[in-house]
Amino acid sequence: MKIKAVPAALATLAAATALVWAVRPDKALAVLFVSKDYLLEMLSILPPVLILCGLFDAWVPKRTVERLMGEASGIKGTSIAFLLGTVAMGPLYAAFPIGKALLEKGASLYNIAVFLCVWAAIKIPMVLFEIRFLGVEFALSRLALTLPAILLIGGLMKLWLDRDPRRRKETPAP
Amino acid sequence: MFTVVIWGIAGTGLLLSWCRNRAKTREALRFFWRAFISLAPSILVIIWAIGFILTFLPSGYVLNTIGRSAGIMGVVIAAVFGSIVLIPAFIAFPLAASFLRQGADVRAIAAFVTTLVMVGVLTAPLEMKFFGKRFTVLRNSLSFVMALVIAFIMGVILR
Repeated sequence: MKIKAVPAALATLAAATALVWAVRPDKALAVLFVSKDYLLEMLSILPPVLILCGLFDAWVPKRTVERLMGEASGIKGTSIAFLLGTVAMGPLYAAFPIGKALLEKGASLYNIAVFLCVWAAIKIPMVLFEIRFLGVEFALSRLALTLPAILLIGGLMKLWLDRDPRRRKETPAP
Repeated sequence: MFTVVIWGIAGTGLLLSWCRNRAKTREALRFFWRAFISLAPSILVIIWAIGFILTFLPSGYVLNTIGRSAGIMGVVIAAVFGSIVLIPAFIAFPLAASFLRQGADVRAIAAFVTTLVMVGVLTAPLEMKFFGKRFTVLRNSLSFVMALVIAFIMGVILR
């Protein structure tokens, strides 16, 4: 079912676009132009990220990642996940393949959840941008609240996912 | 900027890898190609859907629903809205600032910004491909709840 969903969604979108084209051609064009911009953006970011993941997969031994970010890595592993997330730039979808590669090399689920959330929410240039537009008070209080929230999210996910043996079956290869 | 840097790093890495070990580099490129081909259709769906949402969403309506008079419902709607749309932060922050100036609720704006970065309904199919359904649903729904909590605390702090 999961495999069929994508072609079905594509067909629906194509039909919807054709329908809009029949009524308001200008709106249909607007839809396609917005999509084109995003497509170019994704195509400029995703290939190099995936190449880096490929290189990481080929060169970095599993033992290293397991030692640095595995179940037994403790605070050190979480700090590494945190640093990886903050120094990175780019949209969240660029972090998915990286997180997956780390997970397959033995990083713990908690550390990957922290990595993804930090990548999404706490990036230095983004914080500066938020201060500039929404003010220091707004940006810093949001940051101060987001930090514990991320650790809590990671902890809860670990609690719920580790207990369930079905987890491994449900993680498909990319 | 990010694009130039990441292409530079990937290119340099590939070159270094090629000089040191051809077989491993070929393995890396095979990894890249398999991942890319399996991701491409989902990405197309996401992008097409964004085109529709950004074209047909009226901004006057948005402002009405997240104003100070809208109360808790406005905060929840802002959080839902932030979860769905996928706009870069450097566009979202000026947009949020202009909503704030026009009288939007601080809590609603905090909820919007937080879910915007942490929750991705449109990218969820992609996330599932990498981490599975349970991981994706848990991470996104927990982030959504946390965004609401953060928003309400900020409403108290910034009053």
